[in-house]
Amino acid sequence: MQIYLPIAEVSINAFLLLGLGGIVGFLSGMFGVGGGFLITPLLLFIGVPPGVAVATGANQVVASSISGMLVQMKRKGVDFRMGIVLLLGGFAGSFVGVKVFAWMTALGQIDLFVQLSYVVFLGLIGGMMFVESTRSLLRAHRAGGAAPIRRAHIHTWVHGLPLKMKFRASGLYVSVLPPAAVGAFVGFLAAIMGVGGGFILVPAMIYLLGMPTKVVIGTSLFQIIFVTGFTTIMHAINSQTVDMLLAFLLIVGGVIGAQIGARVSTRLKAEQLRILLAVLVLTVCFKIALDLLLQPSELFSVNPVVLP
Amino acid sequence: MMRAVLVLLAGFVGVAPAAATEAIVTGLSQNRVQITANFDGSEILIYGAVKRDAPAPLDAALEVIVTVEGPSTPLVIRRKEKVAGIWLNLSAVTIDAAPSFYAVATTGPLDKILSDTEDLRHHITLPQVIRAVGISAEAENAPDFTEALRRIRMEEDRYRIAERSVALTQETLFRTDVVLPANLTEGDYKVRLFILRGGAVIDSQERLIGVRKAGLERFLYNLAHQQPFLYGVISLLMAAVAGWAASAAFKFVRS
Repeated sequence: MQIYLPIAEVSINAFLLLGLGGIVGFLSGMFGVGGGFLITPLLLFIGVPPGVAVATGANQVVASSISGMLVQMKRKGVDFRMGIVLLLGGFAGSFVGVKVFAWMTALGQIDLFVQLSYVVFLGLIGGMMFVESTRSLLRAHRAGGAAPIRRAHIHTWVHGLPLKMKFRASGLYVSVLPPAAVGAFVGFLAAIMGVGGGFILVPAMIYLLGMPTKVVIGTSLFQIIFVTGFTTIMHAINSQTVDMLLAFLLIVGGVIGAQIGARVSTRLKAEQLRILLAVLVLTVCFKIALDLLLQPSELFSVNPVVLP
Repeated sequence: MMRAVLVLLAGFVGVAPAAATEAIVTGLSQNRVQITANFDGSEILIYGAVKRDAPAPLDAALEVIVTVEGPSTPLVIRRKEKVAGIWLNLSAVTIDAAPSFYAVATTGPLDKILSDTEDLRHHITLPQVIRAVGISAEAENAPDFTEALRRIRMEEDRYRIAERSVALTQETLFRTDVVLPANLTEGDYKVRLFILRGGAVIDSQERLIGVRKAGLERFLYNLAHQQPFLYGVISLLMAAVAGWAASAAFKFVRS
């Protein structure tokens, strides 16, 4: 059943869009990532114009993140205090990111900049997560299935910073500076790459802040909801590229997928989950790297003139 | 003074009958296309007849060209080049105006039935329609860029040349079908009909097809452009409600 999208001005099969939303929603619920780094390339692939793909992708991520977060909330998997600290940093970072985005656009190399950011960050984070989670899975396996005992507190320089705060849900008593900095960095990347930043946030919370995996997913989703919500409104106002009909179809598929994903995630071990996410991140990274390195079949591209 | 008027009149009388020997009468099966949610393209029948007050000349055969042109927009065409192992957009050319859709239907091969001077005058073939003035200063091999535009849009089925797709009966009645694709841009689509003999245009006519979004598409489009903030908020609310509803529905199913 073909459906004409009023803002994208293309006609696409409605079931394809539902399915696409479902797959991304499933991954979103399972890993606690918004799925922005998947939905945007997929929409481009099926012929949605880039501006609409980025803006509408952000809108769909809001819905699947809310759906996923509600499941996590019931499980007490959301550290609201941590989420708000991350978020405040996030807004500051995204403000700077929007400026840099405009500057790169003026230089005419925004596409390359975005693609390189994807390759570098997806590659680094995917690689790190893959190595770490494989190692801990092997260790758990050798120890006869028992998870390794992790010390509750490993004191590093991070714990010497001022402005300490209790994050009860995470069982942490740390300075607000590291989470705010992580939030700002993610907000910055979100503005540049047009994603929620979950794939960076999740490992950052686990490895940098030492939060337990149990609360990481819910807290990440909490932060993503607001960052992508902010992005959606900004796009709607500045470029009118949010396609509500497209978003609706993606969302219907997405929220159902997210529910299933969130339930599947409870049956998997944390290490297995992290390996799967690492593989997914690396696959997308590899695909984008190939686009940069291999000779494209069509060297030319036709773009509408963006009026200043 | 009087003499001047007489000379002018004589001039008119001398020229007018030659131009009016054959004239074109045309019709469209529809002059409005409504884009609704389930819009899946549209087929337009373009037909017409040749009116003449003298027998048809025998020197050259009558030919018909029909063009359908969507709204034009400025475009940037970029070319990727390899720099340090990475393919990146290096050179770009700005086209002042290129139609979003362009279809040509004819009774015969374009290069046979249409002379170059007439093409220049009436802007019938694609190179004449794409306004690419002064692009040679912007990049090397500038013609490659317009050629790429033509190639890409032909692959997307936005540009079409259908030679011999106009059916002409007894040098008088003609008809052709033009399929408007599903990926249609809103605006006025200009239909031009030409009759030619020996490469020269004898008469032409222009008509418009108004392509408009309707119903839900119209409503959403207007809202997005007239109330962007409200539109953004509604999009978010829809996302929030859908996210919550799915969560609640699954809870209900489970319990």
